[in-house]
Amino acid sequence: MATAAVGPETRVHYLNVDYGIKSWLLTTDHKRIAVLYLVSITLFFFVGGAAAALMRLNLIEPNGALVEPATYNKLFSIHGIIMVFFFMIPSIPAVLGNFLVPMMIGARDLAFPRLNLLSWYIFMAGGALCMYAVIAGGVDTGWTFYTPLSTTYLNSNVMSAALGVFVAGFSSILTGLNFVVTIHKMRAPGMTWFRMPLFLWAMYATSIIQILGTPVLAITLALVGLERLFHVGIFDPAVGGDPILFQHLFWFYSHPAVYIMILPSMGVISELVTCFAKKRIFGYSFVAFSSVAIAAISFLVWGHHMFVSGQSIYAGIIFSALSFAVAIPSAIKVFNWTATLYKGSISYQAPMLYALGFIGLFTMGGLTGLFLATLAVDTHVHDTYFVVGHFHYIMVGGAVMGYLGGIHYWWPKITGRLYPDGWARLAAAIIFIGFNLTFFPQYMLGYLGMPRRYAVYPPEFQVLNVMSSAGASILGVGYLIPLVYMLWSLRYGPVAGPNPWGAKGLEWLTPSPPPTENFEKTPVVTEEAYAYGAKEGAVG
Amino acid sequence: MWQGFPIRPDQASTIARGVDHLYYFLIAIDLFFTAVIFLTIFYFALRYRRRSQKEQPPQIEGNIPLELVWTAIPLGLVVIVFLWGTSLFIRNSRPPAAAMEIFVVGKQWMWKLQHPEGVEEINALHVPVNRPVKLTMTSEDVIHDFSVPAFRIKKDVVPGMYTTLWFEATKTGKFHLFCDQYCGTNHSLMRGEVTVMEPTEYEQWLSGGIRGESMAQAGAKLYDQLACITCHGTGKGPPLVGVYGKPVKLSDGSMVVADDAYLRESVLYPSAKIVAGYPPVMPTFKGQVTEEQLLQLIAYIKSLSPEEGKARK
Repeated sequence: MATAAVGPETRVHYLNVDYGIKSWLLTTDHKRIAVLYLVSITLFFFVGGAAAALMRLNLIEPNGALVEPATYNKLFSIHGIIMVFFFMIPSIPAVLGNFLVPMMIGARDLAFPRLNLLSWYIFMAGGALCMYAVIAGGVDTGWTFYTPLSTTYLNSNVMSAALGVFVAGFSSILTGLNFVVTIHKMRAPGMTWFRMPLFLWAMYATSIIQILGTPVLAITLALVGLERLFHVGIFDPAVGGDPILFQHLFWFYSHPAVYIMILPSMGVISELVTCFAKKRIFGYSFVAFSSVAIAAISFLVWGHHMFVSGQSIYAGIIFSALSFAVAIPSAIKVFNWTATLYKGSISYQAPMLYALGFIGLFTMGGLTGLFLATLAVDTHVHDTYFVVGHFHYIMVGGAVMGYLGGIHYWWPKITGRLYPDGWARLAAAIIFIGFNLTFFPQYMLGYLGMPRRYAVYPPEFQVLNVMSSAGASILGVGYLIPLVYMLWSLRYGPVAGPNPWGAKGLEWLTPSPPPTENFEKTPVVTEEAYAYGAKEGAVG
Repeated sequence: MWQGFPIRPDQASTIARGVDHLYYFLIAIDLFFTAVIFLTIFYFALRYRRRSQKEQPPQIEGNIPLELVWTAIPLGLVVIVFLWGTSLFIRNSRPPAAAMEIFVVGKQWMWKLQHPEGVEEINALHVPVNRPVKLTMTSEDVIHDFSVPAFRIKKDVVPGMYTTLWFEATKTGKFHLFCDQYCGTNHSLMRGEVTVMEPTEYEQWLSGGIRGESMAQAGAKLYDQLACITCHGTGKGPPLVGVYGKPVKLSDGSMVVADDAYLRESVLYPSAKIVAGYPPVMPTFKGQVTEEQLLQLIAYIKSLSPEEGKARK
């Protein structure tokens, strides 16, 4: 590893190969595009986070401490739209997936590098439309755009927000397409499907959902736009439409979209747990196929969002059964990660803390999902804070923890620098504690009956709301700390070297940051993923 | 229970206790698996912490029997929860035949409720204790949701169709009524109160209410005003006496039961289902009758049926 001794500044790599804004905006290097996404979604994350902060502030008092209900409705709509479509969905695929898919299979780039750049532009165009909707006075549809409220009754910037989400969807489709083709066609010699890191299985399953599901969202939002402009009578009963049809179409995409958010995180966790336990994954094929099973079943459970919508009780029963089915592959993953720790050599650097945090919070989020799949219990907690608590445990406790774990793990590879591990571990602990303080009280609020999307509420719910808001302030601090030390590390962090964690996987065989072409010569793979028992250098 | 820090709302309906028991069972499952996962991770984390960089842990490929065990155990548990939750749900979805009826119309941002006797309420519902109550609900504008946490009931209130909900209160007192489906600006103010009273008090309250006419009487008036009788009373259109709850043969040969949804559709969209043997000449009354008036018309048609109430599902 002769390159390890050479500092990142003296060697040509993807970051210093060219300078200037143009070299970034016209790049087709998957690694640079990953960085473009990283910067963009970080901005969106803090916009969505600011909206959440204002919401939690408002809910300190039963009559609203800060804003009018009309404004509160805009806050939760912006929070939902930005966080779902412009942070969570692109987070791991567009940042870590872009960076890692080619590197993990030993390729020089994705199959369609220019399409990849186009995806980013489409994403930013969608983001710009949504930000326009925010600046021009806001949108108050919620992220769910339910009809006929969105088509007929609201006068806010529904069109630009819906168009923004519509446009951004194409970015998601193209990214998925790029990954599928790349994983099929560009694996290095010897990189068979069952030698692939599990992150790639997860990305593959996610890509399938993106390709198959997102067009349905596009169609649905296009119909909302048509209905709003021309009153064609698809969703609005006043002109002969069916509002429940909208819910079927919307959730046909938006439930699988939950797995677009969580599957990539599961992939990250498989990488992290193996690396920091120095163990091969326990039950590789079970973990791999559970990703595929989750992707497949995810398309069959949308009706559980509609148990109280007026859909037939028989439909409810079928969707309940299918929703329970999706719990099984998720449980299999958790058990296998836990078993991977057995007899390992476990170290607790920051990425591992995020990974363990993920397993804990995902377990709690997944188990509360059982309550919502259970018809009689869902009837009581549907559309209450119980649901809010549940999906934040999955999406924030799960997916965001996984994303942060992944960012911490591959940061030295992306930037060539190490961040201060102590600060990172502190941040992980603060986020874990702040998260639970924020969202655990919401389960209790929900069972007590507090509906979601309430700007004002009966006073008896105040204590739990104040607890949740207090937790949110801790969580907010937790999210700001990594921003500071990550930026600090860019300039002052110690040089990382090619493989600071002693990890397996092709991406750790190249220098950090990698050269534009990733590998000097195409690697040849001779062993399975996570060969932590094998001698150093047996890959390659 | 736990006065200062409740963990559940009042158990004020016949179904509340059953739902809570299943909820506690789910919490038990939740605690069990959380404990198993957390304790195992903590134990492994301490026991197998890295003591030296040179450690070479044994590599374990996996264990098929173990995989089967931790697939089968959760599978068995979710099957139990599914069956339990579904049977409870089916029971909770079927209103008893003898239920008294209340009619609910949601609009941005208020609840309008009518008793068959003609008493109308806004954002308030008075009902007697220990008597099943069936709600027939619709919306004038967007989707709302009628939710009473103390009764553990909830159902969307959808424009263009009727949804139903039922409960039997077991406890007198006042309970929250929430709109649980986001419905626009003042969604969080679309709240009300359900007051459960002793039957005698309820009768008193009902008779003390503004004595207008019953819903069926109001419907009869509308029937006159809208001149329904010119066809339906002369044989030009199908007769309405005794039709409620009975099967009707349509011109395409199919059969349909003349329930609330069918009658509503026939007033608003007369050409959707044509009764066999009659020409499709009825004009639409869409835009001429409000949702409340529609419910009154249906109440009137129902009153023309001797065994009204029995044929309902």
